[in-house]
Amino acid sequence: MLSLIVNRILWAIPTLIFVSFISFVIIQLPPGDYVTAYVAQLRHSGEYITELQEAAMRQEFGLNDPLLVQYWRWISAIVMHGDFGRSLEWNMDVKDMIWDRLGLTLAISTLSMIFTWIIAIPIGVYSATRQYSFFDYIFTVFGFIGKGIPEFMLALILMWLGYAYFNMDVGGLFSRQYETAPWSWGKFVDLLEHLWVPIVVLAFGSTAGLIRVMRANMLDELGKPYVETAYAQGFTERTVVWRYPVRIALNPFISTVGWALPALFSGDIIAAVVLNLPTTGPLLLKALQMQDMYLAGSFILILSVFTVIGTVLSDILLAVSDPRIRMA
Amino acid sequence: MTQTNNPLPPERLLQLDDVNVHFPMREGLVKAVNGVSYHINRGEVLGIVGESGSGKSVTARSIMRLQPKQALDAGGSIRFRRKSGEEVLISSEDRQSRTMRDLRGNEIGMIFQEPMTALSPVHTIGTQIMRTVMLHRNVSKADARARAIELLTKVQMPRPNDIVDRYPHHLSGGMRQRAMIALALACDPTLLIADEPTTALDVTTEAQILHLLKSLQQELGMAIVFITHNFGVVADIADRVAVMYLGRVVETGTVDEIFYEPKHPYTQALLRSIPKLGGQKARRLKTISGTVPDPFNVPPGCSFHPRCMRAVGGICNVTTPPEVRFPNGQISRCHFAEEFRSEAAE
Ligand SMILES: Nc1ncnc2c1ncn2[C@@H]1O[C@H](COP(=O)(O)OP(=O)(O)O)[C@@H](O)[C@H]1O
Ligand code: SF4
Ligand SMILES: [Mg+2]
Repeated sequence: MLSLIVNRILWAIPTLIFVSFISFVIIQLPPGDYVTAYVAQLRHSGEYITELQEAAMRQEFGLNDPLLVQYWRWISAIVMHGDFGRSLEWNMDVKDMIWDRLGLTLAISTLSMIFTWIIAIPIGVYSATRQYSFFDYIFTVFGFIGKGIPEFMLALILMWLGYAYFNMDVGGLFSRQYETAPWSWGKFVDLLEHLWVPIVVLAFGSTAGLIRVMRANMLDELGKPYVETAYAQGFTERTVVWRYPVRIALNPFISTVGWALPALFSGDIIAAVVLNLPTTGPLLLKALQMQDMYLAGSFILILSVFTVIGTVLSDILLAVSDPRIRMA
Repeated sequence: MTQTNNPLPPERLLQLDDVNVHFPMREGLVKAVNGVSYHINRGEVLGIVGESGSGKSVTARSIMRLQPKQALDAGGSIRFRRKSGEEVLISSEDRQSRTMRDLRGNEIGMIFQEPMTALSPVHTIGTQIMRTVMLHRNVSKADARARAIELLTKVQMPRPNDIVDRYPHHLSGGMRQRAMIALALACDPTLLIADEPTTALDVTTEAQILHLLKSLQQELGMAIVFITHNFGVVADIADRVAVMYLGRVVETGTVDEIFYEPKHPYTQALLRSIPKLGGQKARRLKTISGTVPDPFNVPPGCSFHPRCMRAVGGICNVTTPPEVRFPNGQISRCHFAEEFRSEAAE
């Protein structure tokens, strides 16, 4: 078991180096660079920039150095000093821009995942053990609706309902007076009041999906001989179902826990834009549009690092839960 | 049928009377168990033989009250004598009743055909046995573990102290079946139902498991319902035999009666299909002509008549044969059972 954990962690290191390099390269891929974009913007607003000025800017930002040198400068500053560079577009340190948003993203995605699991797993188990019952049909219909409604639409509906009937300001994560205020109890309570909308929006679709997968997995497992063996021991139905097949039906989810974070990190962009959430998605989108390379690169790097860490965590969790995996 | 209301004779452990289990299917009603009666006394081994699909497993699951959910109980009675001496009418118990849960794993143990998948893949052998012991007996975890090791030793598991902490995927098929037997014996059941416990094993392992079951049966004195489609296996282990065909018991008798004086053409045909040790090797086995009819179109009259060499038109394909009882206790469901009396001795 320990050797498996050490093994997985050791394997993660070259992967991390590789993804960090790829993150950097991806940022470099589009034609032009930040200066090109910046100059175009200035020209658009009527200012005139000479070729010489443009070249000087490139020199100043180190954009003319070889790729590997630029990469090395970037990654060593991150690892040694936690310095992700400067956002050229916002003229701010990247590290000052992202950690708040990262924290909120982490909170929202973790909460919506917990919310999803707490709702979907019991329903999936119920639907499978009472296949074709009235509630099974109800949940199946809910599942199709949940899969069918796009998240942004649900966000808009909830915002409209909140605004029109409950006189609530549900956009964003904070009321106006707290938006820029430092953290306090009041701000925390205010956050909780706003948090439920994004959590419901984000959890809705995944809950529907999870119910269906859980139901299918459970139906598979319930037909297996070890379930009959468990019944033949004299256990109650509840003990049999929760102790044996549920544990095994959960394995596919455990193996994807690690992906939930990066998926929400980037996948919720549309919902986050609609809901005006100060999470990472919208900022990443803007950074990519602007070719704000240090900002976008930092995001993509963090995203990839989370994916790698998440995968390692999933692997370890799965090995804890399923002894058959430990063989490998 | 009349017996149903009388108390069970004292030596009787389990008695099935006219048990019916049906499956409503889109294609029609499948009478998987169509009036099965058999009994087993304390400490006795009853072999149930029949081709695949004859209803052996469905009947056995009815004894445990663990039929598939879509199964319909269509009558009959199943009675069981508890360790306390009290009689339980299993057939009127609920699937999840307190009494049934008390019987399962405690007074009735069951082992299945698939040793590869019949144990939970995510729990150790020890954990699985301990849970059963702790469910039915008020013992500490340490005692339950000691019991698990004792059971593993009893089923001649190699290195029981090590195996107790292993997962099923570490074990071979034969070892898993031993673990399965240990699990079924966890609480010293008076009845063990073994549903084709050796069918999935190779011949050598099969012989070992049979030998083990026989010696455990003698040591512990439990009764065994041993289900198989292999007549050869029955000869090894059973005291009495019930032969099933298409949801009915067509013949019952002691092993010797069944093997030396079979009184039903189906039994006779099955016997002819067993390879005889020391017989001419080159001769191909006679198999029963035709195939088992599909369960939606069970032939009228004697359901065996399309395949029966003795069938007489106008009788066999019209009237269902009654149970013909012989003085020695043998029972045959054939119109001409009486006629086989003399010729069987040949
Ligand atoms: N879950 C089920 N659903 C529908 N029919 C079933 C089911 N289980 C068994 N049967 C029917 O019952 C008959 C007897 O099955 P079974 O008792 O398993 O036979 P055996 O154990 O003798 O091979 C089969 O012909 C099959 O069609
Ligand atoms: S009743 Fe007729 S068909 Fe059935 S077994 Fe006897 S002889 Fe054969
Ligand atoms: Mg069977």
